[in-house]
Amino acid sequence: MSQLMLEISDKAMALNIPLSVQVDLTYRCNERCVHCYLDHHDHGEMTTAEIKHLLEEMAEAGVFILTFSGGEIFLRKDFFELLEYARDLTFCVKLKTNAVLIREREAARLRDLGVESIQISIYSHRPEVHDAITLVPGSLKRSLDAIRFLKSQGLKVVIANVLMTGNMQDYPGVKALAEELGVECTLDPTVTPMMDGNRSVLELGVDREALRQVFRDPSLIGDVDAFCAIAAPPGEDALNSIPCSAGHTTCYVSPYGDVFPCVQFPLPTGNVRQQRFIDIWRYSDRMNDVRSIRLKDLTTCTSCTHVSSCTRCPGLAFMEGNMRGPSSQDCEKSFVRTGVPSANMLSKQRAAANLVQIRALPVLATA
Amino acid sequence: MSRLYVARNPRAAARSLDGEMMIMSGRDSTLFTLNRTATILWQSADGTTPLDEIVTRKICPEFEVETEVALRDAENLARELASHEIMQLSETPIETSTKRSPLAGDAR
Repeated sequence: MSQLMLEISDKAMALNIPLSVQVDLTYRCNERCVHCYLDHHDHGEMTTAEIKHLLEEMAEAGVFILTFSGGEIFLRKDFFELLEYARDLTFCVKLKTNAVLIREREAARLRDLGVESIQISIYSHRPEVHDAITLVPGSLKRSLDAIRFLKSQGLKVVIANVLMTGNMQDYPGVKALAEELGVECTLDPTVTPMMDGNRSVLELGVDREALRQVFRDPSLIGDVDAFCAIAAPPGEDALNSIPCSAGHTTCYVSPYGDVFPCVQFPLPTGNVRQQRFIDIWRYSDRMNDVRSIRLKDLTTCTSCTHVSSCTRCPGLAFMEGNMRGPSSQDCEKSFVRTGVPSANMLSKQRAAANLVQIRALPVLATA
Repeated sequence: MSRLYVARNPRAAARSLDGEMMIMSGRDSTLFTLNRTATILWQSADGTTPLDEIVTRKICPEFEVETEVALRDAENLARELASHEIMQLSETPIETSTKRSPLAGDAR
């Protein structure tokens, strides 16, 4: 993030302005990614008019960066109408898509409408691996064709790759592919639990050894020693800082109008069909509860070695049962990165050691 | 002497934060913040009001500055903003496709 963007974020936070909002236009999708956290059935998406009204409210509230995501956004027949409306309201618009439905004509339209960037999910450079994750034969070719169409229009494209056991060996190939295409590439080892709380998809995530390999790959990390170093104990300022921007300068709106602190933080704080967006943002008790959390308030984590350097996600912690508690997935990352177990891991080890081992008693001879 | 017309580039993204504009260039995503004077210029740049009129009507009363100096500064500013493709300049009125006012969003 640029220094100017940091300054703007600080100012927005001080003024309680939602600088950046992700709106999922639909949960419907034309792919069936094995790790996806969404229910793809339509349970009553907002209409075109409802979304336009929401966009007006968000512009009035000061939202600057608007991310349209899904589901697959191009499945909405009114997608370009909504995009045009958003750009008329002078939002900085970013898109997240699998790009399967983007051809030359759509790419040209996106360019004309001044979209800032398009993030596209690519899981492997090999069709047999990528298509086995999306469960759609031919999807890699379609997505890569789309990237070329978008690039030919001069648009900024970012490849997003989620690291799982099924594609672990292919991230260098995706990175090389991104370089060949002249686009950015991001790699995320986090698999998110389903929004209904089902955690079975987490089994698709990479194991400790694979994560260790990624965290020690200088082509991804840069300075490995600095990245893997144990952070100095936090000062008072660090302990008074916020865990992340969720609820402070960012939030998320579902296709049904529900407002959450973040796409990865399924704590409902209100619905734009019943309340004004700004009223939910400013006055929701739950949003203000999220907003009140500082690092010093975290149970377990406050005393952890990694508290000031951990990527702890409050949303993942919430899905584990306590938004002030630890997020085990992030504990694992901190441990793999530094070799030092987190306070949460140590606490679990102690609890396990304290369990009484029940052994079968020798059979007593009966008299 | 020909008059200069200024218009907001519709490819730029913009929002007002506490009275100052945040602008993102549509060309290369470079982010700018505009000071009060530049913000007035941006907000008044409708493509049909000449720059000298914007200066005399909107900028001079706000900042107690001589018209000649203000006009020269405003022209330099407009040219700089145009070089980043966040504003358009022309010696004839500019037709704009933006339907809505960028003033929306002064959330303060």
